[in-house]
Amino acid sequence: MKILVCITNVPDTTAKISFIDGDTKFNKTGVQYICGPYDDYALSRAVELKEQHGGTVTVLNVGEAESEQVIRKCLAIGADDAIRVNTEPTDSYFVAEQIAHIASQENYDLILMGRESIDFNSGVVHGLVGEMLGIPSLSPVMKLEIDGGVAKMTREIEGGKEDVEASLPLVLGCQEPIAEWKIPNMRGIMSARTKPLKVVEPVGSGLTITEKYALPAPKGAVKMIPAEEAEKLIDLLKNEAKVL
Amino acid sequence: MSVLVFAELDNGLIKKSSLEAIYYGSEVAKAKGSSVTVLAIGESSNEALAIAGKYGATKVLWASDARLNIASIQAYSSVLAEAVNATSAEFVILSKSSLGDAVSARVSAKLKASIVSNVVDLPDFSSGVTVKRSIYTGKAFATVALTSDKKVIAIKKNAVNVVEGDGSASVENFAPALNDADFAVKVTGTHKASGQVSLPEADLVVSAGRGLKGPENWGIVEDLANALGAATACSKPVSDLDWRPHHEHVGQTGIKVSPNLYIACGISGAIQHLAGVNSSKVIVVINKDPEAPFFKAADYGIIGDVFDVLPRLTKAIQASK
Ligand SMILES: Cc1cc2nc3c(=O)[nH]c(=O)nc-3n(C[C@H](O)[C@H](O)[C@H](O)COP(=O)(O)OP(=O)(O)OC[C@H]3O[C@@H](n4cnc5c(N)ncnc54)[C@H](O)[C@@H]3O)c2cc1C
Ligand SMILES: Cc1cc2nc3c(=O)[nH]c(=O)nc-3n(C[C@H](O)[C@H](O)[C@H](O)COP(=O)(O)OP(=O)(O)OC[C@H]3O[C@@H](n4cnc5c(N)ncnc54)[C@H](O)[C@@H]3O)c2cc1C
Repeated sequence: MKILVCITNVPDTTAKISFIDGDTKFNKTGVQYICGPYDDYALSRAVELKEQHGGTVTVLNVGEAESEQVIRKCLAIGADDAIRVNTEPTDSYFVAEQIAHIASQENYDLILMGRESIDFNSGVVHGLVGEMLGIPSLSPVMKLEIDGGVAKMTREIEGGKEDVEASLPLVLGCQEPIAEWKIPNMRGIMSARTKPLKVVEPVGSGLTITEKYALPAPKGAVKMIPAEEAEKLIDLLKNEAKVL
Repeated sequence: MSVLVFAELDNGLIKKSSLEAIYYGSEVAKAKGSSVTVLAIGESSNEALAIAGKYGATKVLWASDARLNIASIQAYSSVLAEAVNATSAEFVILSKSSLGDAVSARVSAKLKASIVSNVVDLPDFSSGVTVKRSIYTGKAFATVALTSDKKVIAIKKNAVNVVEGDGSASVENFAPALNDADFAVKVTGTHKASGQVSLPEADLVVSAGRGLKGPENWGIVEDLANALGAATACSKPVSDLDWRPHHEHVGQTGIKVSPNLYIACGISGAIQHLAGVNSSKVIVVINKDPEAPFFKAADYGIIGDVFDVLPRLTKAIQASK
């Protein structure tokens, strides 16, 4: 089985977000980058499937050279090789075009992604890639088993879950509990250094332009209500905040 | 240059979030001097769909082929793309949801349309078309220009203040060509809690964390939610421990909610939890630890024991009705 796992290089979940150059650029100073947590689930499941069924796992990132630290970590976790499309990933459509372009050159049985990136949170790249390749896309997938050429999955829906089946190839957006996050071991880290990482140039161009960033207005001071008078909260929510 | 809104149905009725999308669409149409058509797919009725008129739509296209009764991402995307072509729509508006994400993405790829998700405000037409979207899980915003001829906009809850009118929309049958290949994914089972307020749609949310000590104590959370007519939610460890189902987990790695009121009970307020709830209009925090970080993100706070405070709040709401 040939699996392609698409990963994002994103600020750590605890990163402080700020902008520079007149609010036109993300301020990378002091920010720790990680592999997107949902992408981590996708990668972990891919490595498990490879252990069960054989095959290869290729990691793909659309990003600049600074992504390579995170790509190496994915190789250490168990991917066999990696591809980096050398460009700033500025638009969902543009990113999907790169992924579809790479995927169309090989016959991948599965293209696994995260449910959403944790920086731009769109949750659309899997659908875009599925349509560009003319194959089904499903997200968020919480359970994935492969039986012959068929994937048996559980997908989260509003207020519950649904069981679905489809023939490979497929594009899937993954979320917990599809697999346990894997931590690289020493052997993995050593071998990751020599695994192939191919750098290719992008195709096409995006359909949106991000012009400016802004931070939310700071929150006003919290109004404390003594526990003995907790009932007063209801009155405040009704008459002051007007949300009841 | 019209506007097409994709409306999701729930038990034959247009979902609340989709009514908001219709209203948003009507505001876009107003600004562009054009009109809004709604596309509804699946089982419904003329009366249920005519409601779209109250939110500014003039026409509803209803694709009621029985094969579409179970939501199929690919088939719905094909139907929507066909409706876009039939109405020569420039804008496709929908509300962000798991179906909406998938359908909007596939339609964008079919039409080579600019796609922007998590949009929080009406577009600005002063130079081209730009929208404000939420990024970094609610920790920031970006202003984005849509440069393609066709534009797909997926809105976040509360992107627009809905004002109901008294219009009525005409409902027309829409019979698109259906393609077998679009039904390749088979749904083999559905497990859905019924009769509960849907969390992503809810205006009021009561959420609880590890401070509740165990699943057997959720009665006080549910009582408060029931008294308010609110949805219930929880922190990640609570769903990891299987105290509550996974679809109630909110935060960075769970559902993102933006209700009018979010009441957090026994939740410490870790940054990953806040990421999923920080766009709520009003946040109430109930925690016994005065140092709990959540108080910094709250509008109202009570330092107290949930086992004492929650039942008293429930009583106070019941008494005030
Ligand atoms: C310096 C920098 C600047 C950026 N500027 C912008 C900007 O201006 N506008 C903008 O929209 N985005 C920008 N991003 C890109 C952003 O990180 C997203 O990766 C990309 O835009 C897709 O976001 P999305 O929300 O559509 O992804 P989603 O649809 O939420 O992602 C779903 C899944 O698709 C896959 N995926 C997404 N992005 C990539 C990728 N780059 N490589 C491989 N797989 C991927 C992952 O598996 C992910 O979990 C920038 C990133 C960096 C590092
Ligand atoms: C990559 C990553 C992603 C994550 N994503 C998420 C996410 O999406 N959502 C999420 O929620 N978390 C997420 N987390 C976990 C997050 O960091 C916290 O661990 C988690 O939110 C804590 O949950 P909690 O507040 O329920 O529990 P705790 O932190 O244990 O807090 C319990 C609180 O209850 C209070 N308490 C105890 N007893 C009482 C009582 N009787 N009355 C009143 N108050 C009481 C305590 O004072 C305490 O503040 C993520 C973490 C990581 C690393």
